[in-house]
Amino acid sequence: MTAIDFSHRAVEMSGITKKFGDFVANENINLTVHRGEVHALLGENGAGKTTLMNILYGLLKPSSGNIKINGKTLTISDPNIAIRNGIGMVHQHFMLVEPFSVTENIILGNESTRGFGILDAGKGEKEVKRISEQYGLTVDPKALIQDLSVGSQQRVEILKTLYRGAQILILDEPTAVLTPQEIKELVAIITNLTEAGKSIIIITHKLNEIKQMADFCTIIRRGRHIDTVDVSEVTEEDLAAKMVGREVSFRVAKEKRNPGEKILDIKELCVEDSRGIMVVNGLNLQLRKGEILGIAGIDGNGQTQLIETLTGLRKAKSGRIEVLGKDITNLPPGKIINNHKVGHIPEDRQKRGLVFEFNIAENLILETYFKPAFSEGFSLLHKNIYKNADTLIEKFDIRPRDATLQAKSLSGGNQQKMIIAREVSNEPELLIAAQPTRGLDVGAIEYVHQALVAQRNEGKGVLLVSFELDEIMNVSDRIAVIFEGKIVGILDADDADEKKIGLLMAGGTAKE
Amino acid sequence: MEPIIQDLGFIIGTTLMYSTPLIFTSLGGVITERSGVINIGLEGMMYFGAFAGAAVAYFSQDPWLGLLCAALGGAFWGLIHAIACVSFSAEQIVSGIAINFLGAGSALFISRLLFDGATQTLTVARKIPQPLDFLFGEGKMFASSGFTDLVFNRFATVYLAFFLVFVVWFVLYKTQLGMRVRAVGENPEAANTLGINVTRIRYGAVIMSGFFAGLGGAAMSIAVVSRFSNTLISGHGFIALAAMIFGKWKPQGALVACLLFGAAKGLEIFLGSKGVPVAGDILAMLPYVLTIIILIGFVGKTTAPAAIGKIFDKGDH
Amino acid sequence: MTGTKLKELFLKGPFGLTLISILLGFLVGAIVLLIAGFNPAEAYWAILRGIFAKPKYVSYVIIYSTPLIITGLSVAFALRTGLFNIGAEGQFIVGAMAAAIAGYFIQLPMLLHVPLCLFLAMSAGAVWGGLAGHIKARFGVHEVISTIMLNWIALYLSNWSLTLQSFGKQGTGKSHMIQETARIDLFGQWKITEAGIEFIRSHKVLGDILKSPVNLGIIFALLFAFLMWYILNKTTLGYELRAVGFNPDAAEYGGINVKKSIITSMSIAGSLAGAAGALQVMGVGHKIAKLAIMEGYGFDGIAVALIGNNTGPGSVFAGFLFGGLKYGGAKIQDAVGAPTEVINIVVGTIILFVAMPKLIQMLLKFRKG
Repeated sequence: MTAIDFSHRAVEMSGITKKFGDFVANENINLTVHRGEVHALLGENGAGKTTLMNILYGLLKPSSGNIKINGKTLTISDPNIAIRNGIGMVHQHFMLVEPFSVTENIILGNESTRGFGILDAGKGEKEVKRISEQYGLTVDPKALIQDLSVGSQQRVEILKTLYRGAQILILDEPTAVLTPQEIKELVAIITNLTEAGKSIIIITHKLNEIKQMADFCTIIRRGRHIDTVDVSEVTEEDLAAKMVGREVSFRVAKEKRNPGEKILDIKELCVEDSRGIMVVNGLNLQLRKGEILGIAGIDGNGQTQLIETLTGLRKAKSGRIEVLGKDITNLPPGKIINNHKVGHIPEDRQKRGLVFEFNIAENLILETYFKPAFSEGFSLLHKNIYKNADTLIEKFDIRPRDATLQAKSLSGGNQQKMIIAREVSNEPELLIAAQPTRGLDVGAIEYVHQALVAQRNEGKGVLLVSFELDEIMNVSDRIAVIFEGKIVGILDADDADEKKIGLLMAGGTAKE
Repeated sequence: MEPIIQDLGFIIGTTLMYSTPLIFTSLGGVITERSGVINIGLEGMMYFGAFAGAAVAYFSQDPWLGLLCAALGGAFWGLIHAIACVSFSAEQIVSGIAINFLGAGSALFISRLLFDGATQTLTVARKIPQPLDFLFGEGKMFASSGFTDLVFNRFATVYLAFFLVFVVWFVLYKTQLGMRVRAVGENPEAANTLGINVTRIRYGAVIMSGFFAGLGGAAMSIAVVSRFSNTLISGHGFIALAAMIFGKWKPQGALVACLLFGAAKGLEIFLGSKGVPVAGDILAMLPYVLTIIILIGFVGKTTAPAAIGKIFDKGDH
Repeated sequence: MTGTKLKELFLKGPFGLTLISILLGFLVGAIVLLIAGFNPAEAYWAILRGIFAKPKYVSYVIIYSTPLIITGLSVAFALRTGLFNIGAEGQFIVGAMAAAIAGYFIQLPMLLHVPLCLFLAMSAGAVWGGLAGHIKARFGVHEVISTIMLNWIALYLSNWSLTLQSFGKQGTGKSHMIQETARIDLFGQWKITEAGIEFIRSHKVLGDILKSPVNLGIIFALLFAFLMWYILNKTTLGYELRAVGFNPDAAEYGGINVKKSIITSMSIAGSLAGAAGALQVMGVGHKIAKLAIMEGYGFDGIAVALIGNNTGPGSVFAGFLFGGLKYGGAKIQDAVGAPTEVINIVVGTIILFVAMPKLIQMLLKFRKG
């Protein structure tokens, strides 16, 4: 990491402010990146990192502020201008056309033609090959995107920017979906790129990666510029403190566990994803009453499909799932919820968890509307439905306190409270929580964690799936690590550390 | 000549004739849906095209001018649909329904003004010609009313339709423009980040779909028959839409599907003319039944463009 | 307090958007008339007179509106479950056919015959709609395509039924008339007795109304609208169907059987459109005839549902609006010489604006400065 040319300021953003209506996403932010530098942009979810980079890439217009690229002041009003000035961006959600080939995706918008707009496929392919060899980004130019691994897709995204002659690359959460091996490869690629004189901006909220990859780090909190530091001069704890604005409390307070009888027993479970690939592959797992079992793992190792199968949303190919000794394999969701007392905080609360157009009261009875408490014959008992809502709103502190508000008008944290209220009030024996704090602010995260611990203390079983290792380590009693659809190790939370789990997550073995 | 060969020629000939309007319109459907915009208003655009083609051909006595104006008329309604769907994020099916009312309503409105209160035009003096006609007849290369005459001596629109199938295929799969259209239909966000103007591509595609539907309407009113009437286009646009889906959003697939629908019509007419005591209604029903069966048989319904019907909002701009 | 709430509902709610769309529709219609050289005020006045000038006219508007309200309810009901029922047309046809067959062949006293015909027609419509629902739930075929196909199959099936010796009147392209006991006309028999003729001649208002084919259809339409409102808003079934309509993934997560809901919803929608067809046969036509093209009741129903914002009461309102325009609009040809089809332009424009709430909100903002 010695490729920095301090005499050359590749990017100079000063006084950037961006407002969405009354909401200030960026307030007077400054950012300078030199040639050959890797600059990390650190902040919590929703801190305004992506907004700032979307401004640099011309996807958003700043409300005020000034941008200089290579010393020249520019108004970047659309991505075309950014591209022309050597800026490339790799988005967190890849921007790829699935049925197109690698080459087609890379040349799209900048196609080589034989004149009259007729595509010259061979020329594009050759060019793609040349660039990928130059920077060590191996990928088959003829492969279709839909057949590639996530790591390869990311390489295609990087190639896309290089094909357009990018000198400044923005990588938005580049490691979120990668395996440790793939992360290593990415680090090597980044080194190649900086040695070739490119500047790289990495958006992230992962501290260890900043230490691993970046030269400098700018910290943003609630849309404001907090600090810019030389990474070699600070510790991870320093960075964390700047990011959240207070000392981070790690462990969630909870008394010693007292596990009871076996509540969940998964035997040799196999599940296919929508493409027909076996993503849960002979998985075994047991969970007892009164414990929180955390499943650690990198996104895409079968967690989503596992949970969908446990809750009846997806069919198992083979294997068996038992709840309190009774077989629930491939039962419909309604049966699993009501006959077998399984609650589920879903991974995607917008897609699964809530009917946005329903009001709070209606959402709170999504699983129980037909029960005698809420219906009589064919008719709904609206009086009881709203009484129930008022009780739960009070008990779970859902704001604003108005049962007639549509779910979509609530904040993310309150939407999650609504889901927790619904699931917990249905008195489950087993509560499955998938990514329960995704996109929530610190206060809401604490609330969710306490709710999970409270269930455990009442003697319920809690299965927690999260991609955030910190969360798993803070909340769980035991930690199971999932890798390629199998549980590759189970550790007691007390003697688990990041290194051990990290190794398992990457497909290594815990035995040394 | 064997009468059975001649009968076959008759059936193929009528099949081609009745498929042609569907082929044009179906191609329009392929273009718009490939860009990610559903166009259920093809029916109304076709209806308007049929009228505009016949009216202009009647007054100008030039069928080619009629054909062009039909296409432009269809394109106008395409523009309206594009404004609604692309610029104002309209629900695409709802906007299409509106276009069906508007296309048919305005065609009949203008018809009443121009043709003395009638909901049909007068017969045009010159239809779309049969360009190969000089080859057939007494002392020519081929005898008239023979198999070759029945099959190959067709209206210019028939050849044009087949040629356009090739053109649309070529443009979609072999050119820069086509690649961009397909990319916009699959993943507009991705296309946008690469500097492709999603709005412009979609406007172009939706307008072109109207253009093609207009051609389809005129292929009916000034080739298959020689005037427009209020019952001339009744559901053809919807059939073309189904053919496009049947053909898996591909021009060549749509062609095959349209030929199937045309063949059913050809067979129905043939059997009717022979007085064969087969229930013509049951026969006419078959292609629709077949379409449903084939749609059910599709394995993996991932052939539709991924972004179809979804509103693309660039957000800030 | 209530004043501001009402204002809110009108300006920002769906009700206000619909009203503004309707106004814009008439505005565009007026502009079209102006360009074509007609006086829009005169034309619209002719429509109004065509609707309200005589009791008979009003009665006709109600008769015209009845099938539109019910097919509108059919489309609206399916839309609330997130399904686009383009197939109301075909469901209407099979309903009409079933009613005509049952009305002709079966001999029963009226009190049984009428409900039986209606029941069979609604069953036929339910099968037709449910089939599209089933194909979607089981095989993932989009209901818009399957219902377009089913419309044509229904049309040819109905035409074929007329070729049957026992049912069709050979050579006329029409079926035999249904039995008196299957009709829902009011005073149908009595009207052609001497006393009836005398009554019609001597009573100005009532007599005039009786000149139109007055029937019980509208009662059924209003009943259906109420039932739809009740089912959707007050029952567990309605809760399930609405949940599926808004968010099928969440409904599935909550334990609702999404596939069953799709089939149920399309069946109910189909039975409504089937009822519309039956009531048209039982109250107005008393027979079915060979269809050269689609009659458009189902397609008009789409317009009614969209203008009526997919609710029961909304469909009643929009059905009357559309029925009135159709009946009254036919008179402007004679009155001012302007083409009747300006009505289609008005209706099409209303739907176009209904489809673009974004545009209307922009217009409102612009007006406020």
